[in-house]
Amino acid sequence: MRKVHTNIEQIAGNVIVVKADGVGYRELAEVRSPFGTSLAQVIRLDGERVYLQVFAGSRGIATDSEVRFLGHTMRVPFSDALLGRVFTGSGTPRDRGPAITENMTPIGGPSANPAKRIIPKNMVRTGIPMIDLFNTLVESQKLPIFSVAGEPYNPLLARIAMQAEVDVIVLGGMGLKHDDYLFFRDTLESQGALSRSVLFIHTASDPVVECLMVPDLALAVAEQFALQDKRVLVLLTDMTTFSDAMKEVAITMEQIPSNRGYPGDLYSQLASRYEKAVDFDTAGSITILAVTTMPGDDVTHPVPDNTGYITEGQFYLRNGRIEPFGSLSRLKQLVNKSTREDHRTIMDSMIQLYASYKDTLEKQSMGFRMSGWDSKLLKYGQRFEAEMMDLTVNIPIEKALDLGWAILADCFDRAETGIPTKLVEKFWPK
Amino acid sequence: MSEAVPGTVVGVNGNLLRVRFASAVTQNEVAYAVTGSTRLKAEVIRVRGDVADLQVFEDTTDLRVGSPVEFSRELLSVELGPGLLGSIYDGLQNPLPDLAEQCGFFLQRGTYLDPLNRTRRWPFKPAVKAGDTVTAAQTLGTVPEGIFEHRIMTPFRLTGAWKVESIAATGEYAVADPIATLVNEHGERQELTMIQRWPVKMPIRAYAERLRPVDPMVTKIRIVDTFFPIARGGTYCIPGPFGAGKTVLQQITSRNADVDIVIIAACGERAGEVVETLREFPDLTDPRTGKSLMERTLIICNTSSMPVAAREASVYTAVTIAEYYRQMGLHVLLLADSTSRWAQALREVSGRLEEIPGEEAFPAYLESVIAAFYERGGLVRLHDGGTGSVTIGGTVSPAGGNFEEPVTQSTLKVVGAFHGLSRERSDARRYPAIHPLESWSKYEGVFNRDDVAFARKLLRTGNEVSQMMKVVGEEGTSIDDFILYLKGEYLDAVYLQQDAFDEVDSATPGDRQEYVFARILKILKTRMHFTEKDEARLYFQKLTQMTKDWNRIGRDKPEFKQTEELIEKSLAEVADYA
Repeated sequence: MRKVHTNIEQIAGNVIVVKADGVGYRELAEVRSPFGTSLAQVIRLDGERVYLQVFAGSRGIATDSEVRFLGHTMRVPFSDALLGRVFTGSGTPRDRGPAITENMTPIGGPSANPAKRIIPKNMVRTGIPMIDLFNTLVESQKLPIFSVAGEPYNPLLARIAMQAEVDVIVLGGMGLKHDDYLFFRDTLESQGALSRSVLFIHTASDPVVECLMVPDLALAVAEQFALQDKRVLVLLTDMTTFSDAMKEVAITMEQIPSNRGYPGDLYSQLASRYEKAVDFDTAGSITILAVTTMPGDDVTHPVPDNTGYITEGQFYLRNGRIEPFGSLSRLKQLVNKSTREDHRTIMDSMIQLYASYKDTLEKQSMGFRMSGWDSKLLKYGQRFEAEMMDLTVNIPIEKALDLGWAILADCFDRAETGIPTKLVEKFWPK
Repeated sequence: MSEAVPGTVVGVNGNLLRVRFASAVTQNEVAYAVTGSTRLKAEVIRVRGDVADLQVFEDTTDLRVGSPVEFSRELLSVELGPGLLGSIYDGLQNPLPDLAEQCGFFLQRGTYLDPLNRTRRWPFKPAVKAGDTVTAAQTLGTVPEGIFEHRIMTPFRLTGAWKVESIAATGEYAVADPIATLVNEHGERQELTMIQRWPVKMPIRAYAERLRPVDPMVTKIRIVDTFFPIARGGTYCIPGPFGAGKTVLQQITSRNADVDIVIIAACGERAGEVVETLREFPDLTDPRTGKSLMERTLIICNTSSMPVAAREASVYTAVTIAEYYRQMGLHVLLLADSTSRWAQALREVSGRLEEIPGEEAFPAYLESVIAAFYERGGLVRLHDGGTGSVTIGGTVSPAGGNFEEPVTQSTLKVVGAFHGLSRERSDARRYPAIHPLESWSKYEGVFNRDDVAFARKLLRTGNEVSQMMKVVGEEGTSIDDFILYLKGEYLDAVYLQQDAFDEVDSATPGDRQEYVFARILKILKTRMHFTEKDEARLYFQKLTQMTKDWNRIGRDKPEFKQTEELIEKSLAEVADYA
């Protein structure tokens, strides 16, 4: 028998304060008001004052509303019955299916022991040359797609999900437009992938606190699948919305903001989610692909900036294309030494030349005379953009490498590319 | 010696506890908050009235108002003794592999294991005999630890002269076995084992004097050794935006650095990178000793998802262990990746304490804390006349890649060398992306100063010409200036840039650097004659290609000389001796 508390002494934002004792930090409670029942989580204890974050928001909560503590933290069910299902950010079914209560597992669990991790070694093939060749996706990688509102990041995410060879897909949607949610569901369904997917969806019209739960729910489920030796791909969109939700709560809690209003622990909070990406020794793996929209296309904004430091490489999606610049992840280097011997060289040389092409474009736009070298670069840059960067290109990596050599041979002389002589002799098209 | 002093929790906010206590507490003492059967390690960080603020090194879920707290009366300390090398610890010196054996895949909170293996036996050889007089940090005996003579020393905290009452005979002992008894003039008696404990936040000062670091520490990274050298016992920092290659640079350094011991403090960074070191080092051989690299390496690993307070502790744990090995007359390199994460940990705690924030909400004491940390590096003369050193290299991850932020600026004030990584260079795949014009070093290198100054000037002029060319175009640039620009690019391509994934090119030993640098200087100093710019460009492209190939050939191979001759010959073709 749990005691019911009715003495709410503060309601501000989504946080209420109730007087109670014997309450554990992070414990869940049920708040009942005339307008419905919502879950709430303890986020601070101060003497007998208990701060609760109400999932459905504080609207309609009265000072004499009933608060009942549940004696456990936020949990998520786990069984194979989850596959093909859609849930909300508080873990209840969104698809009118039955509720699942098997194997309740706490979310936001401890991090994996580094000694139990192994060096990632498997490439995840996507058929997109800008990924496979220039920014290889690796099993257990955590990788954000940096993008701007209006770019086709969700279709890209869906396409990678469909083409990647994995056992289970877990989608966490935060602040999704309802259309986008339906797009994901329908795409997965039409390709027959829904039966190996679990969806946790928070739409833009849902209470903001539920948004905060989505990554933890999704990753807790993914972790359980990974422990069962499954290769799991977790898709999160959009982590900027998640960070903004965090900011909202932090400000309500009167925390000192650090940078543009975001809480000082933004890095740790994001990291504790992304670091769930893992390749277990003797078990499965979790790969995380997350969309981070950059407000104002500004990569120094705190969310993309912190994300960049946490993740292993990133994809920049601009003007409907994945940019070849942006950081090289160390991980990729581990994998692409075993694809084909010329992989790394092609990757570096083509990007170096593409960077020179960009310089030439700048020169051209300023009206300078184009030298012979410049015209070569211009030709190269155009072919590179049309045949490699275009997102509709769908070829396996071996073909993409051959195409790379063909483009180079078409545009340059052997010595101009800076490729080691040994490789030139072997691969340069005759 | 520690008697538990009880307290009770009166508030929980994230990892910060407010605890009401009955008897005296010490600032920075270790306490344990108890929930159910779990004891969570915490540290006192502020005392006000009868309430102390504690930062918990673990997740605080389930703690409640009224939970008991046990105070230990001891400061946060590390265990020092044989068996540290080759270990992998978390920030609180918990051995991770042992933890994995006990708890499985995840780091279960509240589990604390012995940092040093209690059952392993070490062959001890005494260095003193009964009746000898000893002082602090004096060697009592030695045990072999891998390739090193591990000195078992008297406690660093010992004051005055003590007499050795008994000392263990040559033989095998476990670390916790008594090996000596000391007695002082007041008749106080101390029994010693091979373990000693030292509070992490206090520097070990048991040495005769601090010396100025002068000997270069060769890293086999050309741009570092030639242009921005690091001295043994010096400090340096590597700030850079994400993806510019900070970690790769640290990894290469940890492999090749010319020191005895390398301690890697992975502080708030990705677990994946640590794993690589963890899994690869045991199989790599140290070129200096021919043994496994792991035998000279120690990893302190507190990755970004592990609790934030332990992250703050981890750099101190690492530097304390470094100082301990320094006391044995060894040269230790401490690589901290990344100090920004550590500073952020300070910021998080400061925010919860509701301290008045400084710039970007970092606490006002950030600067002095960073300075105090780097000052723990240094070259010292020990009491026995030998020298030992701790070199500290820290990466900094400035927000937005902007070096004006507080952590970078506070760090720059106290380090001896600055290796600034640039996004521009990493985007253009010019690795290592250390900016040749912005970086600096206050240490003396091995190279002739005039030669280095010449090369640096050339880089600067080349860069100026390239900037100018952006405004006036290639046609507005004279052929002489254009050649300068090409020479600058050439030096950059074949000497500053290094292929981290090529076995030969990734590590250039000091003597080869000298040889290659001299040869390249000769090329740069040669006056060349070209009539057309395209002709000049093509020539340099070929030359670059050849020199890059040369970089990838082992020095003992016959091709090394052949390629060199090819370069020589091609140079003769364009040299203008008029």
